[in-house]
Amino acid sequence: MKQELTCINCPMGCALTVEIENGEVLSVTGNTCPRGDIYARKEVTAPTRIVTSSVPVKGSPYTRMVSVKTEKDIPKGKIFDCIEALKGVELNSPVHIGDVVVTDAAGTGVNIIATKEA
Amino acid sequence: MKKEIVIIGGGPAGLAAAVSAYDAGVRDILILERDETAGGILNQCIHNGFGLHTFKEELTGPEYAARYLKMAQEREIEISLNTMVLDISPEKTVTAVSPERGLFTLEAEAVILAMGCRERPRGALAIPGSRPAGVYTAGSAQRLVNIEGVLPGREVVILGSGDIGLIMARRMTLEGAHVKCVAELMPYSGGLKRNIVQCLDDFNIPLLLSHTVTAIHGKERVEGITLAEVGPDRMPVKGTEEYIPCDTLLLSVGLLPENELSKSAGVALSPVTGGPVVDETLETNIEGVYACGNVLHVHDLVDNVSAEAAKAGLSAAAYVQGKKTEKGDSFRINCGRGVRYTVPSTVYRDEKENVTIRLRVDNVYKNASLNVYFGEEKISGCKKNIFTPGEMETLILLPKQWQGREGDLTIALEDNA
Repeated sequence: MKQELTCINCPMGCALTVEIENGEVLSVTGNTCPRGDIYARKEVTAPTRIVTSSVPVKGSPYTRMVSVKTEKDIPKGKIFDCIEALKGVELNSPVHIGDVVVTDAAGTGVNIIATKEA
Repeated sequence: MKKEIVIIGGGPAGLAAAVSAYDAGVRDILILERDETAGGILNQCIHNGFGLHTFKEELTGPEYAARYLKMAQEREIEISLNTMVLDISPEKTVTAVSPERGLFTLEAEAVILAMGCRERPRGALAIPGSRPAGVYTAGSAQRLVNIEGVLPGREVVILGSGDIGLIMARRMTLEGAHVKCVAELMPYSGGLKRNIVQCLDDFNIPLLLSHTVTAIHGKERVEGITLAEVGPDRMPVKGTEEYIPCDTLLLSVGLLPENELSKSAGVALSPVTGGPVVDETLETNIEGVYACGNVLHVHDLVDNVSAEAAKAGLSAAAYVQGKKTEKGDSFRINCGRGVRYTVPSTVYRDEKENVTIRLRVDNVYKNASLNVYFGEEKISGCKKNIFTPGEMETLILLPKQWQGREGDLTIALEDNA
């Protein structure tokens, strides 16, 4: 079986073709970098995404909101659970890029970290 | 006050231009930024996907901005925040105002235009209906959600499939809004493919190609819109109208380079890009005035903005250091079939460095080649499975390719046999 995918790793959006047999990936073609190969294999077996959002911060001279992201990609099915884990979170200034905002978000084992200074 | 280089705008273009001018040896640099922080639009682009080319890792917008801001701070480059530039004269006198300094003027040796772009507003679309609350450009909604922490609506229709619209479809969904559909006038999306996959497909948001909004309903607040299919002439097809109840309409219908200041300086603008006409050094028709980033032409990737701006910074540095050679004869870059525009549009024959040509195609072309000709002679070509207007193409021209050749250059798309 062949499956057509668009790589989402970078804005090039390579058109990938994955050959699958009995749930096993036989080949990935169309990628221009190794990230595409990894993405295609994951996407047809266990798709993942990076989740980004923003949370309020108190006492910052620059901003009312701090942007955040999951430190690594998390299972696609857990996107809304990660957003839920951010509900009610409020930070206090100072916040630095990379500070952990939520540990082990929604049982994914992945932390949510700040992506903005505040 | 005199300044060697004045940069208008402290977004990704302005910061990258400043850093490269500094690294080329210029110390007297001032960035004028109208917002209260530097970084420009990146500050509200909290999604990931930035910097794969520049930093070889995937960053969010604020992280990408912070990298460049740090580079500028390490070099102690002065950034004047909350500073609105009111005028640039053809003599490069920059008039600006800020709460700290009041109204002031700067005599610049070189000016780098890095003002970015603006979203096409509702007023430019001629959609009939009254003027209820609830119609926002996608970028305004992005600022409300990500910077102000306010959700501008619950039941949302998005008109236009530009990248900001696609990103906001996902963002509004994650924040609890219901995005009913994204309607696109053209038969293809103007956004990046990856954004259609991860912003629409992931959340089962339908993308309706060849559709448009023909009416906005509601008096105080948007109550609904009329959606209709359009024909090949891009006009609504009678009988296909459908009423969709919603409280919010987001517009992602194109970006316009912001060139009011360029005009006052006498900078010639391209009717196609809406940005200045530049040569390969990114100099405009006014000597010592350079342009880069979205004020020059709307980019798809910030990485391309940074690379282009670094070139403008180098050129401006060479100009104030007196290293710029007298410009002689130049050749034009003509747009052949399928090519909407190129930046630059002219190249000086004496140029010793490789020239990066950035361009956009005017339609979707499958299995085609982007070929470069001098007269009838083909000098290079680049084959791709698909070319789309949403993605910028980049070609590198080597000096040996134009040296010894007469006439102008033409870039054209041709179908592969």
